[in-house]
Amino acid sequence: MAGLELLSDQGYRVDGRRAGELRKIQARMGVFAQADGSAYIEQGNTKALAVVYGPHEIRGSRARALPDRALVNCQYSSATFSTGERKRRPHGDRKSCEMGLQLRQTFEAAILTQLHPRSQIDIYVQVLQADGGTYAACVNAATLAVLDAGIPMRDFVCACSAGFVDGTALADLSHVEEAAGGPQLALALLPAAGQIALLEMDARLHEDHLERVLEAAAQAARDVHTLLDRVVRQHVREASILLGD
Amino acid sequence: MAMEMRLPVARKRFSESLGRETKKHLVVPGDTITTDTGFMRGHGTYMGEEKLIASVAGSVERVNKLICVKALKTRYNGEVGDIVVGRITERRRSAEDELAMRGFLQEGDLISAEVQAVFSDGAVSLHTRSLKYGKLGQGVLVQVSPSLVKRQKTHFHDLPCGASVILGNNGFIWIYPTPEHKEEDAGGFIANLEPVSLADREVISRLRNCIVSLVTQRMLLYDTSILYCYEASLPHQIKDILKPEIMEEIVMETRQRLLEQEG
Repeated sequence: MAGLELLSDQGYRVDGRRAGELRKIQARMGVFAQADGSAYIEQGNTKALAVVYGPHEIRGSRARALPDRALVNCQYSSATFSTGERKRRPHGDRKSCEMGLQLRQTFEAAILTQLHPRSQIDIYVQVLQADGGTYAACVNAATLAVLDAGIPMRDFVCACSAGFVDGTALADLSHVEEAAGGPQLALALLPAAGQIALLEMDARLHEDHLERVLEAAAQAARDVHTLLDRVVRQHVREASILLGD
Repeated sequence: MAMEMRLPVARKRFSESLGRETKKHLVVPGDTITTDTGFMRGHGTYMGEEKLIASVAGSVERVNKLICVKALKTRYNGEVGDIVVGRITERRRSAEDELAMRGFLQEGDLISAEVQAVFSDGAVSLHTRSLKYGKLGQGVLVQVSPSLVKRQKTHFHDLPCGASVILGNNGFIWIYPTPEHKEEDAGGFIANLEPVSLADREVISRLRNCIVSLVTQRMLLYDTSILYCYEASLPHQIKDILKPEIMEEIVMETRQRLLEQEG
């Protein structure tokens, strides 16, 4: 019996997408009135919520304050009901800490922290449903939330995952494709300048294939940017109409 | 006790029913505003490779040679001369401070003050060197986004409907009963603890709900808009003002009156 075929002969994936096709993305900004910035994103069946507070005074020890820039603090948490099997520890486990660290590195590269010395920016991301590409969904949601809070950023940060199956690079992996065990790569991009904020892979991939996979991820991230850009413009336009001239 | 429940229903975006378009130049981060290097860059922009690039999502404002991008929602940035309303959370614990201030202002007190100076890292220093400012007594506090408070000549208003309001630039709005004697303003350091009459309390509650509904529909707050909204809400009961349909109706009426008044 053949195993699950991730890429059919005609070039279709398990959920009927083509190799470079993204899942349906829907996003909304300003979902919580009480937070400084918030956003919700759905990438296929992956759902993530991001909330941003800041910039504000450093909480806890004043000694942690950086004299010339803001401290970015990211926390990742996935709901106990987000995966197929109920998770026992929503936060504090190794994967959450690592994700939090990666998110922090990503956003320290994008947020203009020099404009807010000696203050702190908190980004909290929660995954409500995990169907592959959770890092990407978190980054995209956090970008929208940071924009909603009015915190100055160099550019959007758009992320997407990519994999490699049967000599073809696949973009935006779902859980089924990730679980199959092939190499997978997560890329966070600043689209206007084409700069990479974070690139992460912990599998083995022959270097000949790396460029193709990287290009597939970059193209997918640019597609995500087109969508997020539209969402933000729509949101700004509406608020501008309501506020009047 | 009467309870009201409603099921979730998809609501049309309010801005569509307005049927207007915005004339402003809207940008998102990463957008190039201009490649002309003659402009000075203000807030919300940064210089990258000979181009002026936006760093926040908002509308571009140009004053002569200065270009800045005004974000939709920002945290309060202090400017000299702003009126702020706030609560004392922490104070210096030195001996002289104890002797001088302890009698007047304690932790947890609400005060109104004016911004004296702004430090380079964004911190502000406040002063209450006028009888207008000082401790606030009985009243209602509403917290809104600072970007919705319109900048005016004065932020202390005595509304004809029977209450007074302080529109803090930091988004904290204080509604209180109009003091009867003109010499005793909202400030000083002695709080007025006389009981407030029911009629005054109703006016204050209605004003508070009106402000909340204006903010939900993202309208700028100033004395005229609050007053028109109050008058538009009079046919409804105070607690009904917060219902979404009634909120839309009242704010729509307020908008129309304001447009008529301008044009």
